[in-house]
Amino acid sequence: MAKRVGIEVALAIAEAAALAEVDVVSAYPITPQTHIVEHLAELVADGELNAEFITVESEHTAMSAALGASLAGARAFTSTSSQGLALMNEIVYITSSMRAPVVMALANRALSAPISIWNDHSDVMNERDTGWISIFANNGQEAYDLTFMAFKIAEHPEVLLPVMINFDGFILTHVIEPIHMFDKEEVEGFIPPYNHPHKLDVDNPKTLGPVGLPDIYTEVKKQQEVAIRNSRKYIDQVWDEFADRFGRRYRAVETYYADDAEVVLITQGSVTEAAEVVVDEMRKRGKKWGVVSLRLWRPFPFEDLKKVLCGGSIKCAVVLDRAISFGGPLGIVMSEVRSALYSDPGRPAVVGVTAGLGGRDIKFEDYVKMYEIGEECLRTGKEPEEVVIVGLRE
Amino acid sequence: MRRSLANFSKTLVYKRAPRHELFARGHRACQGCAPALGIRYILKAAGPNTIVVSATGCMEIVSSPFPYTSWGVPWIHVAFENAAAVASGVEAAIRALKRKGRLNPEKRVNVIALAGDGGTADIGLQALSGMLARNHNVLYICYDNEAYMNTGVQGSSATPYGAHTTTTPVGRVSMGQGYWKKNLAAIAAAHEIPYVATACPSYPLDLMEKVKKALSCGGASYIHMFAVCPTGWGCPSSQAIKIGRLAVETGIFPLYEVYHGKIYRISYEPPKGLRPVEEYLRTQKRFRHLGREAVERIQKRVCEHWNWLKMLEEMTSTEEFEERLVELCAEA
Repeated sequence: MAKRVGIEVALAIAEAAALAEVDVVSAYPITPQTHIVEHLAELVADGELNAEFITVESEHTAMSAALGASLAGARAFTSTSSQGLALMNEIVYITSSMRAPVVMALANRALSAPISIWNDHSDVMNERDTGWISIFANNGQEAYDLTFMAFKIAEHPEVLLPVMINFDGFILTHVIEPIHMFDKEEVEGFIPPYNHPHKLDVDNPKTLGPVGLPDIYTEVKKQQEVAIRNSRKYIDQVWDEFADRFGRRYRAVETYYADDAEVVLITQGSVTEAAEVVVDEMRKRGKKWGVVSLRLWRPFPFEDLKKVLCGGSIKCAVVLDRAISFGGPLGIVMSEVRSALYSDPGRPAVVGVTAGLGGRDIKFEDYVKMYEIGEECLRTGKEPEEVVIVGLRE
Repeated sequence: MRRSLANFSKTLVYKRAPRHELFARGHRACQGCAPALGIRYILKAAGPNTIVVSATGCMEIVSSPFPYTSWGVPWIHVAFENAAAVASGVEAAIRALKRKGRLNPEKRVNVIALAGDGGTADIGLQALSGMLARNHNVLYICYDNEAYMNTGVQGSSATPYGAHTTTTPVGRVSMGQGYWKKNLAAIAAAHEIPYVATACPSYPLDLMEKVKKALSCGGASYIHMFAVCPTGWGCPSSQAIKIGRLAVETGIFPLYEVYHGKIYRISYEPPKGLRPVEEYLRTQKRFRHLGREAVERIQKRVCEHWNWLKMLEEMTSTEEFEERLVELCAEA
């Protein structure tokens, strides 16, 4: 049976990959991800995990090797953060375009410059349009479960797309959390054997990654778009099967007191639970506040979000961004949420706030301020264009 | 003794060269393209149980315009700089799957990474070094046509001294490429991998033997294949083979092998000594601006390099090294 053990979240994520019996791990150190690959190295060194562990010379190679391994028929895993993800960007895009179901654990960290090892979401937002299924974990248990399930989603014959699991660097990776860890027997059969229909096979030679002339490139990109859109039903299927078997249910959009809330904060990652604590406290003081967490980032859960936000009690949605689109809308998630709801007549006002960049702590009063910006919007009836950076020292 | 060691694999003769063609005709390479010819020989030697990982470049572009392909073996192209990295992953996958019984452990599957000189000497050098250092069981072949030909003859760090390219043009104050060609075989050998060799499609049997040796060495191997590009070099396509021979006979591109980074063996020594480099240089438009002084400078450099190789061969031809070589060949 599942044991609840106190374990560092990074180690639990490594255990999740090992539980999925990965065949090839390509690893390169970068803070705050490093403990994940260190632990996988230990598992391989101790013979507990039967896998090839490649100590690559850069993240660019980490993704290239994972891609090569995946299309050679092996279950492949890698993990990175920040600059590492930025360096592998070229191959991140190619990996989804070549339909290689690689799973990547992404310990979210700020991008340079100035160099910062601390948490925000500028690394993942930089990869928004690379065609990966992208999922956020809000705590260690979720990071463990979602990493394990990612292999089943990625390798589904109707999906065949890479999956990245996001979890906040340090805030999640380096804390010790009580996590329900599975035994091998318990998850037996949950992830079927990996069998890519178009792999490198000397008995059935295929050409992978050919030149796409203008007469075919558009159609390939359309297929890719259809594939990621269609992946949604299989994501739900896998999460439902997991809930039926193990009891923990995951949804594309998670809510906390959203049913009767007037103002909600839209979050991704570890800020979600912090916001929930704020809501608990402020509900005691009569505030009708709630939290909506955007767990599934790609494919974007348009309908789920509308169902939660439109036509009910919610009058204002304050979107908390952990990255900046310079010279653009500032708030990346905010502008996506706003555009997703645009056509719905029952939509709430959508307001953007940005906070927690490069590891800046978001305090209780900062969350309160975010909600108050929403309330101010309701009072004035105006949807402010400007995104406020909360916690900025002026 | 030395002859038998240098040819420890089954000696090939033209008549016995494998008849299968795994690199199909009808590709879009230029007339007289030596890299394309080289690939044909490489796959004859490697056989059908081979996975090829190509870097972006001439040979990738000409061989795979969807829905056509020239590849009779499983083939993958990902990007420009990462052929060695992708090959590392492919090889690791094969190793893992064999160990786990999902691939027949008895079945040999060769992995060959293929890249041009730009994809090797410049943008792919880091990935190559990583793969060689980790000693993946991969044969990396650089087809060296001495510039970025696919994008229109831009200079690379493998472009020879004095050569005209579109980014090292000859001008009023410039005489073409201003620095010496990077010695990639030496860089590969410095990783002390089991096998490094230079080869040229003008010597097809030597090339095929070296491919066979490399694939049976049990670890990482590197072949630097000198490959004439009539389009980029400004020579008639009918002369490609002859110019390759001239490069070897003048010592511009000596054929040799390096075992475990230490034991040097010259594969071919022109019986009447090296021919003057001028005989080679004057066959190509990219060198036609070179004056006497530049030619002499190149001649001096070529002689130095040749003498250095001869010295290394002699130094590593002692009884101790001969014994070690026999051991290494037996291990493979």
